[in-house]
Amino acid sequence: MPEQTPQRPLIKERRLVEDAWVLQSDVDDEGANPVKPMTIVRLDVWLAAERRDDLAPWLPSDTQLDEDTVAALRDAPLIAIDFPKFTDGRGYSLARVLRERHGFKGEIRAVGDVLIDQLSYMARCGFDAFSLREDQVVEDALASLTVFSRHYQVSVDNPEPMFLRRQREARERQRETAVA
Amino acid sequence: MYRYDNHDQTLVDERVAQFRDQMRRYLEGKISEEEFLPIRVQNGLYVQRYAPMLRIAIPYGMLASYQLRKLGELAARYDRGYGHFTTRTNLQLNWPKLEDVPEMLAQLASVQMHSIQTSGNDIRNTTTDQFAGIAADEEVDPRPWCELIRQWSTFHPEFYYLPRKFKIAVTGAAEDRAAIQVHDIGLRLWRNDAGDVRVKVLVGGGLGRTPMIGETICEDLPWQHLLTYLEAVLRVYNQFGRRDNKFKARIKILTKALGIDEMRRRVEEEWAHLKDGAQTLNQQAIDDMAAHFVDPPRRKVDDAAIEAFEALRRDNRAFARFVTNNVTDHKVPGYKAVTLSLKRSGHSPGDVTSEQMAQIADLADEYSFGELRVTHEQNLVLSDVAVDRIEELWHKLEELRLANPTVGTLADLICCPGGDYCALANAKSIPVAQAIQERFDSLDFLYDLGPLDLNISGCMNACGHHHVGHIGILGVDKKGEEYYQISLGGSQGNESSLGKILGPSFFREDVPEVIDKVLQVYVGAREADETFIDTYRRIGLKPFKEHVYA
Repeated sequence: MPEQTPQRPLIKERRLVEDAWVLQSDVDDEGANPVKPMTIVRLDVWLAAERRDDLAPWLPSDTQLDEDTVAALRDAPLIAIDFPKFTDGRGYSLARVLRERHGFKGEIRAVGDVLIDQLSYMARCGFDAFSLREDQVVEDALASLTVFSRHYQVSVDNPEPMFLRRQREARERQRETAVA
Repeated sequence: MYRYDNHDQTLVDERVAQFRDQMRRYLEGKISEEEFLPIRVQNGLYVQRYAPMLRIAIPYGMLASYQLRKLGELAARYDRGYGHFTTRTNLQLNWPKLEDVPEMLAQLASVQMHSIQTSGNDIRNTTTDQFAGIAADEEVDPRPWCELIRQWSTFHPEFYYLPRKFKIAVTGAAEDRAAIQVHDIGLRLWRNDAGDVRVKVLVGGGLGRTPMIGETICEDLPWQHLLTYLEAVLRVYNQFGRRDNKFKARIKILTKALGIDEMRRRVEEEWAHLKDGAQTLNQQAIDDMAAHFVDPPRRKVDDAAIEAFEALRRDNRAFARFVTNNVTDHKVPGYKAVTLSLKRSGHSPGDVTSEQMAQIADLADEYSFGELRVTHEQNLVLSDVAVDRIEELWHKLEELRLANPTVGTLADLICCPGGDYCALANAKSIPVAQAIQERFDSLDFLYDLGPLDLNISGCMNACGHHHVGHIGILGVDKKGEEYYQISLGGSQGNESSLGKILGPSFFREDVPEVIDKVLQVYVGAREADETFIDTYRRIGLKPFKEHVYA
């Protein structure tokens, strides 16, 4: 369950920003009909509620992205994905599938046990917002996002695998040689 | 041999910088022990029974002489002057200081090496046939494919926190020397009638606590789709593999639970979305990789030299023994592959000193174009030796005590570091190995026994591959006492099988005697030139059991 405390720093588009949203980790009595604005509620609660611009879903890590869920998620103002433990890697696949297969363009936010040393992998899988655990150092978190300057494999941030990049660069070198 | 370009070098350099910073934050107390653990193991750094241990990757077992020299230097400077080659063809240094590790990684990066993903719940070092590219029975050279897989899997952001570790093995030869049937994914490269490369994909094999033989998930994958298909398998595993129990988290458990047909259906459903995507390989990608693995400038060895080699083999019994066991045929007439034995009585299997590493590197330069291979049997191979230089090399190896002519025999046993080093071990394994080597040290007896794989693991994680030893020995802990369980009938290769447990376990000091009794049954029952494993398959476990427990 994601823990909600007001101190969690939010990094979005590689900057520390104000967090306008409140995460509701537990499904309480009003769960079926949440009324509070700017709340992120569990997927099943969100699916049962009316679509609103100030109500967003968070996905448990074992979420299966079936057709109906995906269709509904197209209207979400943002999608949060929960990391119940930082070692639970299912959220990486969820984010990639939402971005690459279903073309979700809105914010995908990592919530839960979100630590500095996983951010660069999350970012590569399509997360663009990170609700950091309270004890994480924001400066170190921001620095961690720029550690790697290039990548071998295709992911959300890199449409060109290294083997194709090398081919392109070889062609460019050939052209330069020809021009020279 | 693959040589880094600017991209590869930049990536390992950036990795070193990343880990240096992570180590700093850990030492400053900004990362907890629990949260640092996956970070350090993804960089090959364990905290072991007595000290940290650094596991250095030797991708698909290929090693250049200048790299081996550097490994020797690192072992001398940061360790106690020796290293240990593992069954995953990596090198382990057992005594580095934690705070030295970032600098050690920087030094490794200076010779195009790293320790990335040698541990952790990620895609590990890909392994292959130690005779890749030189084997006479090879259809497809697996090395370019292994390098493509290495690059695809290195820092793969989606698969850094899998349910459990993930191991891929590749072979392209008629005889499987890479044990592809006991890997999470096993790949067999072959050619169809049109000469195109196809890939047979096995999934769900593995050793460990619940050993299983992999099943075929795809018989004839066109090569273009290799990476997208692997990605589909990994994604299904990442999503559905069990995370509630680490002993049930490997893909073999998922495959077994779903059944191979359902597993195939899910993979194909996933693959339908990835197929023909940007990661689809083109011919240029293969050609670019293959250009790194061109044949070395071998010379023509004339027939007279080949004849002289054969004559020496006929006339000199000691040389003949060495050639029969430690020298392997090559695809090019006049050349052979020579295996350096890292096994001998009184010596921990797979261990090499810094001095030996430097000496072996010199021999590789002098006799084999500066290239070496590490085998999963924990030996080293000089892959391209002209036959007219083998005698000279043999003499030099004898001086270095690396010519033990016992490769493939009982004395060439596989053994994990066990309770002498490893924090996971239930029992010591090295003293058992040494006791067996001491008891069976007669070459005549070893040769008479013929090919025999004896594998020892100090716990059920099975790093010593005991399940696939013709004779397997597993260290177990019973109420704080070390015992050893013996199994028979395991094998690797084309007809992989898992050993069956002989019966109740034994005290350590009784193990050599038990092995002796097992061998007595074999020697008494074998027909003509029948090997141990063939005799076992014919007569079964029972006669062994009756004699051992009589």
